[in-house]
Amino acid sequence: MLVPEAVLDRAHEDVHKTQPWNNPDAVPYIRFENVTKKFGDFYAVDDVSLDIYRHELFALLGGSGCGKTTLLRMLAGFEEPTSGKIYIDGVNMAGVPAYERPTNMMFQSYALFPHMNVEQNVAFGLHQDGLPKSEIRTLVSDMLALVQMTKFTKRKPHQLSGGQRQRVALARSLVKNPKVLLLDEPLGALDKKLREQTQFELVNIQEKVGTTFVMVTHDQEEAMTMASRIAVMNEGVINQTGTPFELYEYPNSRYTANFLGQVNLVEGVLIDDDEKYAVIKSDEGGCEIYIDHAVQGHRGMTFWAALRPERLRLTKEPPEDTKYNCVSGKVEEIGYLGGISTYHVRLASGKRIKVTEPNSTRQIEPRYTWEDPVWVSWEAGAASVLNK
Amino acid sequence: MTSDTPEKSLSLKQRFDRWMIKHGRVLVIGIPYIWLFLFFLVPFLIVLKISFAMAEYAQPPYSSLFDWIEEGVTVTLNFGNYLFLLSDSLYATAYLNSIRIAAISTVITLLIGYPMAYGIARARGSVRSILLMLVILPFWTSFLIRVYAWIGILDREGLINAFLLWTGIITEPLIMRQTEGAVFVGIVYTYLPFMILPLYSTLEKMDVSLIEAALDLGCKPWKAFLKVTLPLSMPGVLAGSLLVFIPSVGEFVIPELLGGPNTLMIGRTLWNEFFANRDWPIASAVAIAMLVFLVVPIMWFQHTQSKQEERQS
Ligand SMILES: Nc1ncnc2c1ncn2[C@@H]1O[C@H](COP(=O)(O)OP(=O)(O)O)[C@@H](O)[C@H]1O
Ligand SMILES: [Mg+2]
Repeated sequence: MLVPEAVLDRAHEDVHKTQPWNNPDAVPYIRFENVTKKFGDFYAVDDVSLDIYRHELFALLGGSGCGKTTLLRMLAGFEEPTSGKIYIDGVNMAGVPAYERPTNMMFQSYALFPHMNVEQNVAFGLHQDGLPKSEIRTLVSDMLALVQMTKFTKRKPHQLSGGQRQRVALARSLVKNPKVLLLDEPLGALDKKLREQTQFELVNIQEKVGTTFVMVTHDQEEAMTMASRIAVMNEGVINQTGTPFELYEYPNSRYTANFLGQVNLVEGVLIDDDEKYAVIKSDEGGCEIYIDHAVQGHRGMTFWAALRPERLRLTKEPPEDTKYNCVSGKVEEIGYLGGISTYHVRLASGKRIKVTEPNSTRQIEPRYTWEDPVWVSWEAGAASVLNK
Repeated sequence: MTSDTPEKSLSLKQRFDRWMIKHGRVLVIGIPYIWLFLFFLVPFLIVLKISFAMAEYAQPPYSSLFDWIEEGVTVTLNFGNYLFLLSDSLYATAYLNSIRIAAISTVITLLIGYPMAYGIARARGSVRSILLMLVILPFWTSFLIRVYAWIGILDREGLINAFLLWTGIITEPLIMRQTEGAVFVGIVYTYLPFMILPLYSTLEKMDVSLIEAALDLGCKPWKAFLKVTLPLSMPGVLAGSLLVFIPSVGEFVIPELLGGPNTLMIGRTLWNEFFANRDWPIASAVAIAMLVFLVVPIMWFQHTQSKQEERQS
């Protein structure tokens, strides 16, 4: 890991409660042990090991076809791993059929029963448990109140809007009070505005009921808004696991850096290193990059510096010290978004660097225009160093 | 604006296009109606008319309903044919027997067809099209030849008896042909595709995640089938059952070739009246009565279908 000690080393009592993943004694609630799933010769999930803790809202994040749903379906019992083990609350799930697992799933398509009304849909799972009728009625009406669907109990699914169906699906899977709630792209079918609003609602409901949520999404913003921790997946492999903060600030690979937010990646070679600092010389970046901490590797090794556009400064004059962390170029494209502006700066090497600047004061005219010669510079701590 | 263009300046094609836009809909809908009128309604009315006539040794062999006398036309309706159907228990027995045989055959067809349709709907893409092809394949041979083939299988000297005698399981040939059982075999065999295809199309459309959701919520597989798959496939069950039941009631060839002399079905009665007794009016009354028996389930089917479609849209 390239995360500095200081970040990981905040292990005191409080943190252990709210961040059990930083507590070496905490027992994971869900555990994947070297889980592999093959469809024919194709590895949909490849040797995944993952610990998820109780009360977490955990997100599996990755592009389409990277194996997120397959991982979730193995947890639900719809697929058996080709090899490896899955534990939920200490129990090995091998051979336990879906209908006996302590999980419930909210399907991507919602999978509401079209021949039953809202109430019957939500009560369906409770009937299977053979609960008394009066208890079922109470549980169902409480749950429908929680998702604000009390007014629609007698409607059939086709008489509901997308957002309402999503709520019914949530209520139906949550009413059985599962140990783990699995959500496959829970907001994928909603339009953008409703999605943003529902993100917070879902988080609130999760906090209220305290159930462990494992969620699949391909939307990095959604994952960062909602999740306590995120596992970034790529081609059946988990690339990196961490809190949204850790993943954004300390990505371990170019894939993660690219997937979460925007980033400029410049290739370079380590030319100087020490216990306190390192210097990477980048032909692509047209400068030497000074890093304010040590990096693991030897001189001459190739690294990539990840520079977030919002951490870069754009000036017309060269900065005072031009030895490190600055490069000149020409403004090639401008995107004025109101709150911020984005600039694409073409360097002498041909590399294009993206810079975003807040428009925090009102200007008489745009600060920069096309073809303006500019300097791009950044602080010593701004760049993360990646070796893959 | 094209609508302001004076009529004269329009080319022939433009005029035709305009006419089509205005009347095209009527034309398209009209063609099937004309077809139904000519080949369904008119023959039906002719048969209806004959059913109210009296048998005569003449050409045609029935009396005319309309008499032209000085003041105008008198119409003589003879309800005697229908009363005759009621008076002779043979007809009632034949009707009830037809309905019984058709109903039992439909249930057997459903019991065999449902698992087959389910299997096909759940099969992988390439296997599925092969299986569907196998279901449709028999249609490429004549229905009559296929029923004759069953004679070869079920006969006293047929395949089954030959095999059983050869193995020594039996010493006397079994009587299988010319029994009611053979009629069931024939009907089920013939109409099975009509059950499988509508069932397949509803089962195939059904979202597999609905069954997974039922399992996920604690249903054992058979219960998920009863609570989700079965109710959602009811339109297919209904369509398939009617497609088997309705033609089975009036079936003539199968009871004639495979059934015994005692297998009384209305199709055979009709044939006898028409070709053996040459009593056209009675035969027509039998046909009209059968139609009424069949129209009721058809109307009911259409009614539930349109309700179903309304609910889905
Ligand atoms: N039942 C299956 N049979 C064959 N291939 C499958 C099956 N389910 C998933 N796959 C393949 O596994 C890969 C991962 O699928 P999935 O887990 O659904 O991805 P996603 O991350 O988009 O949810 C995909 O390439 C998909 O085609
Ligand atoms: Mg998916």
